[in-house]
Amino acid sequence: MPDGFSAGDTAFVFICAALVMLMTPGLAFFYGGMVRVKSTLNMLVMSFISLAIVSVLWVLYGYTLAFGPDAGAGLIGNLDFLGMRGIGLNDITGTIPVTAFSAFQLMFAIITPALISGAVADRTKFTGWALFVALWVTVVYFPVAHWVFFFDGGNGGWLGDRNGVIDFAGGTAVHINAGVAGLALCLVLGKRVGFKKDPMRPHSLPLVMLGSGLLWFGWFGFNAGSALAANGVAGMAFLNTQVATAAAVLGWLAYEKIKHGAFTTLGAASGAVAGLVAITPACGSVSLLGAIAIGIVAGAACAAAISLKYRFNFDDSLDVVGVHAVGGIIGSLAIGLFATGHVGQSAQGLFYGGGLGQLGKQAMGVAVVAVYSFVLSWLLGQAIHKTIGLRVSEDVEVAGIDQAEHAESAYDFSAVGASLGRAVSAATAAHTTAAAKKTEVDA
Amino acid sequence: MKLITAVIKPHRLDEVKDALQAFGVHGLTVTEASGYGRQRGHTEVYRGAEYTVDLVPKVRIEILVEDDDAEQLIDVVVKAARTGKIGDGKVWSVPVETAVRVRTGERGPDAL
Repeated sequence: MPDGFSAGDTAFVFICAALVMLMTPGLAFFYGGMVRVKSTLNMLVMSFISLAIVSVLWVLYGYTLAFGPDAGAGLIGNLDFLGMRGIGLNDITGTIPVTAFSAFQLMFAIITPALISGAVADRTKFTGWALFVALWVTVVYFPVAHWVFFFDGGNGGWLGDRNGVIDFAGGTAVHINAGVAGLALCLVLGKRVGFKKDPMRPHSLPLVMLGSGLLWFGWFGFNAGSALAANGVAGMAFLNTQVATAAAVLGWLAYEKIKHGAFTTLGAASGAVAGLVAITPACGSVSLLGAIAIGIVAGAACAAAISLKYRFNFDDSLDVVGVHAVGGIIGSLAIGLFATGHVGQSAQGLFYGGGLGQLGKQAMGVAVVAVYSFVLSWLLGQAIHKTIGLRVSEDVEVAGIDQAEHAESAYDFSAVGASLGRAVSAATAAHTTAAAKKTEVDA
Repeated sequence: MKLITAVIKPHRLDEVKDALQAFGVHGLTVTEASGYGRQRGHTEVYRGAEYTVDLVPKVRIEILVEDDDAEQLIDVVVKAARTGKIGDGKVWSVPVETAVRVRTGERGPDAL
C-alpha cells in the first residue's frame, strides 16, 4: 500500500460502513412497527429495496457523480470513475483505500431515500416508489452529497469545501434532504384514507423499539465513522452522539409528560432518533455540553413539531418532516452557535466568540438543500404520479397494501386463518395473481 | 339443556375455570372477545395523537349444562368472576334444543 495508508483507520471505516448498512433494516423496523398491520411488509420493503437499487446505481455512476473530480463550480462530480473504473486496488484517499471510502459513503446514499418512505406510508405503489428511489438519488442525493461531502482543497463541493458549510455526517445532505423530500412527496400523494378520522396507532411498539435500538447502534458508524479515521475526532463524535441522543430522549419525554400526561415508549424511541439526527451534522464540532444542549432542544422541539401535520393538514404519516427535517435543521444551525473550534473544525460558533459568520453559512446550507430537495422531489413525484402512478387505489389502501402489492401478509397468528388457506401449484398461483391484477385494473 | 355464556375480565379466567371444574363441568369453550359496558374504554397517546379505545379485551366462556344445574352454575361463574370493580362483565343463559357428541353420535344430555 502507498505511503500514508493506515490499516487501523481502514479497519475502523469498514466496520463503520457495516454499522451504517444495518441502519436501513433498523429504520425498516422503526417504521414498520409504526404502521397498521395491513401495511407492515410494504413499509419494511420500501427501505429494503433502497439497499438493492442504490447499491447498483452507486457503483455504476453514483460514486463518480458524488465523489468524482469536480465537473465545475462544485455542483457535481465528473464521469472519471464511471462504473468505478480507474480506481486502483491500492489507491487511497486520506489514509484509507478508495474502495473503503466508497463503501462507507454508499451506505449513506442507501438510507437517505429510505428515510423518505415514512412520509408516504400505507398508500404508495411499489413500482412508483422504486422508480422514485432510483431517480431521486440520481438527481438529488448524489449532487447534494457532492456539494456537502466532497473536499478537494477548495475545488470540491460548493457548500462544504468552497463556502465553509459544516456538515460532519449528514444533517443537510441526509436528514434535511430526506425530511423535505418527504414533505414534497406526501403533498404529491395526498392524505391517507381516514387521516385525522380513523385511529392509526402503531401495530407493534416492540418492533419500533428494536428499530430505534438498531438505528442508535448503527449511528456510531454514521457519525464517528465520518471522521474517516480512528482518531480523537472520531472519539468525540462517538461520545457526542451518545450524550445528545440520551438528552433528546429526556427532552422528548419531558415535553410529552407535560403536554399529554404520559411517558410513552414511542416518545422514547422517537426522541432517540431526533437526538441522533440533530447531533449528526454537529458531532465533529461541538463539546459534550453543547451536545447535551442540542439533544434536549431537538428532543422537545421535534416532539412539538410532529403535531404541525394536523394543524397544516398534510399527512406525513410517520413524521419524517417533524423528526428528520426539523432535527436536521436544529443540528445544522446549532453548529453556528455551539462550534468550539477545538474539535474537528476550526470555525467557532456564536457562543464561543465566533460571531454570526458560521451561523450565516449554516443557514445558507440549510436553505439551499431544503429548497433544492423540495422542488426536485415534488417534480419527480408529480412526473411519476402522472405517468406510471405513485398511489394505489383506494380499495387497495383500505384493504391493505401488503396483499395487493406484495401478495403476502405480515403475521399469521390464527389457527383458523392458516387452515383456510390451501396450497396451490406454482402454475395456479401465477394464474391467480394475474387474475387478481386484472381485477385490480378493472376496479 | 341450557347454554351459559359469560363475558368476563380476562384475568379472571383461571378462577372461573377452577370453580367450574370443582363444580363438575367437564368441558367449556373460551374465546377472546372485545366489548364494552358501562365502564367504556380508555385513552391512548401516540406521538401526540390521542385515541379513545372503546373496546376493551374480554373473555367469552360458553358452557352447555343440564337444565337443573343452570342456575347454580351461573352463581358459580358469577362468584368466581367478580372483582367488585366496574367492567366485571355479564352472564346469561339460553335454552338449547339439542347437542351431539361428534365422536360417538350421542345426543342430548348424554353428549354433555
